[in-house]
Amino acid sequence: MKRRSRLWDVAVLLLLAVWATPYFWQVRTSFTPDHELLTTTRPLPASGTLEHYRAVAEKSVMPRALGNSLGVAALTTLLALLLGLPAAYAVARLPIPAKGLLLLVVIASTAFPQITTVSPLYLLLRALGLRDTWTALVLANTSFALPLLMWLLAGFIREIPMELEEAAFLDGAGRATVLRLVILPLVAPGVASAALLTFLAAWNEFLFAYTFTASEASRTVPVALALFPGVFEIPWGDIAAASILASLPPVIIVIVLQRWLVRGLVAGALKE
Amino acid sequence: MTARQRADRLTGLAFVSPALLALTVLTVYPGLWVLWLSLQQRIPIFGIARFAGVEHYAFLAGDPRFWTALRVTLGFTIISVGLELGLGLAVALALQRQRLGRRLALSLLLLTWALPSVVTAKLFQWLYEPSAGLVNVVLGGSEINWLGDPDLALPALIFADVWRTMPFVALLCYARLLTIPPEVYEAARVDGAGRAATLRWVTLPLLRSILLIALLFRTLDALRAFDLMFVLTGGGPAGMTETLTVYAYRSLFQTLQLGFGAAIGCVIFALVMLVAWAYLRALRPEGAAA
Repeated sequence: MKRRSRLWDVAVLLLLAVWATPYFWQVRTSFTPDHELLTTTRPLPASGTLEHYRAVAEKSVMPRALGNSLGVAALTTLLALLLGLPAAYAVARLPIPAKGLLLLVVIASTAFPQITTVSPLYLLLRALGLRDTWTALVLANTSFALPLLMWLLAGFIREIPMELEEAAFLDGAGRATVLRLVILPLVAPGVASAALLTFLAAWNEFLFAYTFTASEASRTVPVALALFPGVFEIPWGDIAAASILASLPPVIIVIVLQRWLVRGLVAGALKE
Repeated sequence: MTARQRADRLTGLAFVSPALLALTVLTVYPGLWVLWLSLQQRIPIFGIARFAGVEHYAFLAGDPRFWTALRVTLGFTIISVGLELGLGLAVALALQRQRLGRRLALSLLLLTWALPSVVTAKLFQWLYEPSAGLVNVVLGGSEINWLGDPDLALPALIFADVWRTMPFVALLCYARLLTIPPEVYEAARVDGAGRAATLRWVTLPLLRSILLIALLFRTLDALRAFDLMFVLTGGGPAGMTETLTVYAYRSLFQTLQLGFGAAIGCVIFALVMLVAWAYLRALRPEGAAA
């Protein structure tokens, strides 16, 4: 019995590894010299090379794009948290007028197709003189990040027992103090999960970034990758290296911060 | 109303207003604006800006490209989501019996989900490369032009999408499976239920609600999908993978017909809302239907 279950574990892991093969293949490609790329398909190249990474680092806009993506994703997460945390607390705990309508707006906002709002947002951001800036992307990303974050955080805050706050009120604390000193420490793991999901969504976002940026001043990683230049032939090795760099934050999140990621993902769906 | 309640009302407003303001400016206002925009003819490069009424919608009704894009969108959505639910469920059930290496298993699983879809598109472009791509090599050196053949491009695109999003379904089902107390299975065994009967009468009914939620999330996402097809095939060959989102994007920012593109955007929005509404209706508990 024990042996059979060990066998099962290995089989499942192998199947999942096969499923992830396309990614591993891209890792392999990124270290394979050009002359081998089109001729051999051995699992490992005869001679590994860093030339693709060097090309990406020295000749492409990728380094700049990585900085842009990091900045935009971090600022989006920060802004959404600043706006979303107090709002989530209010939704979860306070009597606000027209709460039903507010929740409807939040839910409808999460269902808004980006392709629907991209044209008015484009006109709006252009009118504000924000084209090709980080600010434009942070604001546009907030349109999907904020409702997602509010929804998740309100769920996490509802799980905290009311009594803990009552005790603080008896000590004369106001709502703002309670939020900061009682709720925030308790909901910190939830905030981490929600922030992680927001960061990931902002890092991966393509349509807004592709539309609102015009130069390397603000182009993010997905845009730089989509526009990756090839003069006569497609530079598969360089593209592979660029894709691996573009995927580093998500991969780190999945491997290192998995617990928080899973918690956030599951919380969004299991609670209604 | 006590002083405390009055204070709470004010605090609530203060807490919620910044977020509400942001949502109003960033989603509600653009949502109304796009509706207005769809009733205009706006072609900035020619300096055209006039009220067009429902002209764009009337044109769409007789536009073969629109109907093809709608068919592609629906086909893509139905087949992708169907495969994702089936495979995701199977993977979740397999993981449920997993004892060792769960963390590693989840890492492998979530890896494909967490990648930017542009990365996924680039990855599959290379895999599908006709002469040296891994897919053809595995198939014994055939030179199939996956993304260039009108019959194969949509299936190839769907496979890439399933690869990317199946893990989401698997994770949700797996998380639900973990919450089923062992006593439930114990009871089934005592009642003499075999593996198949347990799956059919115990596990699947318990998974029903999470599968429905996954179905809703995935359907809405598939209808709105854009990045993957835009980068992988650009809607080609011969429009065989051109979804409504790609058609809208091309109209908006490549032929610069802002009003017309906005109209397609509104149709997509209506489609998404229709699906969400139908779903919530179907889910409404019996007796609550009024």
